[in-house]
Amino acid sequence: MSAELYISRDSGALCVGADRVAHQFGKAFEARGLDVEIVRTGSRGMYWLEPLVEIATPDGRIGYGPVKPQDVDGLLDAGLLDGKDHALSVGLVEEFPWLKSQTRLTFKNCGIVDPRSLEDYQAHGGYQGLAKALAAGPKAIVEEVIASGLRGRGGAGFPTGIKWRTVAETPPQQKYIVCNADEGDSGTFADRMIMEGDPFVLIEGMTIAGIATGATYGYIYIRSEYPDAVEAMEIAIREAREGGMLGRGIAGSNYDFDMEVRVGAGAYVCGEETSLLDSLEGKRGEVRAKPPLPAHIGLFGKPTVINNVLSLATVPIVMARGGEFYRDFGMGKSRGTMPIQLAGNIKHGGLYETAFGITLGELVDEIGGGTRSGRPVRAVQVGGPLGAYFPRELFDTPFDYEAFAAADGLIGHGGIVVFDDSVDMAKQARFAMEFCAIESCGKCTPCRIGSARGVELVDKIVAGEDREANLAVLEDLCDTMKFGSLCALGGFTPYPVMSALNHFPEDFGAARKPLQAAE
Amino acid sequence: MPRYEPWEPARANELIARHLHLEGATLPILHAMQETFGCVPEEAVPLIAEALNLSRAEVHGTVTFYHDFRKKPPGRRVLKLCRAESCQATGGDALAARAETKLGVAMGETTLDNRVTLEPVYCLGLCHSSPAAMLGQRVFGMLDEGSLDALIKEAQS
Repeated sequence: MSAELYISRDSGALCVGADRVAHQFGKAFEARGLDVEIVRTGSRGMYWLEPLVEIATPDGRIGYGPVKPQDVDGLLDAGLLDGKDHALSVGLVEEFPWLKSQTRLTFKNCGIVDPRSLEDYQAHGGYQGLAKALAAGPKAIVEEVIASGLRGRGGAGFPTGIKWRTVAETPPQQKYIVCNADEGDSGTFADRMIMEGDPFVLIEGMTIAGIATGATYGYIYIRSEYPDAVEAMEIAIREAREGGMLGRGIAGSNYDFDMEVRVGAGAYVCGEETSLLDSLEGKRGEVRAKPPLPAHIGLFGKPTVINNVLSLATVPIVMARGGEFYRDFGMGKSRGTMPIQLAGNIKHGGLYETAFGITLGELVDEIGGGTRSGRPVRAVQVGGPLGAYFPRELFDTPFDYEAFAAADGLIGHGGIVVFDDSVDMAKQARFAMEFCAIESCGKCTPCRIGSARGVELVDKIVAGEDREANLAVLEDLCDTMKFGSLCALGGFTPYPVMSALNHFPEDFGAARKPLQAAE
Repeated sequence: MPRYEPWEPARANELIARHLHLEGATLPILHAMQETFGCVPEEAVPLIAEALNLSRAEVHGTVTFYHDFRKKPPGRRVLKLCRAESCQATGGDALAARAETKLGVAMGETTLDNRVTLEPVYCLGLCHSSPAAMLGQRVFGMLDEGSLDALIKEAQS
């Protein structure tokens, strides 16, 4: 058997030259007459080490990174194929502290398996969850998911099992499973990483959802900014279909389930579930008023489960290991693990999956290693463009849905964007309003008009124009947006604005620093 | 580089027919139009409306709602710079300004020689390696002045 060398094809690895490194290894193997197979995996999520190259040894995979094409010959000379030491060596990857200290449940196969091989997925425990689900039947699946305490990982945190039960209880008819892969929040990339690195786990999760609720068709709505994820999912769906895991009589059972990928078109608001449904139907992605819930009247007016990628991709392990196993991780009402994404000005950017309860400070300072620029951390935005900015003083906040809500913030999709002390928080607040104005679907007034007025108000405040009066108006406006908007876009934009204002008032002072347009 | 096809109603109808079996076929059709013609030509709207039994206003509303759909074809290469928070935190503003100066265009514009269209994007999901960019379908991360200049050069070539 030939040796195996693993290099990621995740776009986070491609963006720093993984293809060139793989090409260089290919050339070197040929020149040296070596029989080594290059397997393109997903990413481990340690992106500052990408391109990370791993070689299989009897003790496990030994990693080297970040590798540049010009390092290849030196690495081979030093004995990379035997896992020998080198300046770029990180040792046994599984023992690497940053990875070892995680609790990888949803992402357990990411960076290990070949994302284009159904066989490899099955060899790594894939489809065990489906086997259990088929044996247990619809009712028991729903109970298991409820027991696991799994909550929607898209941001809203609604219990996944309850959603499923609502759809399961509707009379038999055409029902749909819709996967929300419109991951538009800056600072988040977990959906992308799992779709590119372990797409079969998402297919398996959606299939289980279909069996549980009586749905026979699924759509994965992926944003157009993710061409690599679209390709990865399409290849995996084809593989699964050919392998009998999608289509009629999945895995030899009496259940039918199939799915397809649909590509978005650059509208941020389509990450909101009801506007996503309208977009899938071919309309403008405008938010629907609720009720009716999508569980009752969803896609094309039919009962629909709409879940985030991570929620669905966590279902296979919940089924394989049991709801209780999953529920044992976490704190309070936040059960299980959260794939946390460390981004922005951070030394160790990447995906860190861990049980709920870890503090923001541990994540930023210890795991993230502080800023990449080496300057002090001034603010971190948690939960995407609609998430609050946290100052250092709140770094003892534990990562937990309720604790973040109590601190006037949200964990959202689990993204953390770090800013150093060069950040202008008034500019960030203005950007939040401006972004909302551009991306608003226009259906409700607080969001459509409020965001435009918000930009003007921040400008006036920073310019020192009638400061006190305008601050009061801004606060009032934020209140109106928060409670009067139809969805989270208008409803949550006040979080970054008000948190910037409350925690960093000095940036909104009479400093007279001209505000630059956020382009 | 693949050039776009000139507008041809028969070709448009062929693209529409290929997607008619889909539920909610509008977006897949619009994507196919843009892939083929480089944009969604105004002339395509009544054809799509007719085929899907929608009003022209409905189709027009959908086309104009989404940032992706263009009114006219872009330059030979499209360079997208990520402008969202994570890239703002890592010097993305300065890089965007540099790209505008180097190319002599503002965000959203195409160079006079029609070689490069410069666009903002929110976001590429490469926030672990910000600032990030996309040239065509290829992604780039950890950009600095040097690598951005190289990227611009490639876009212009």
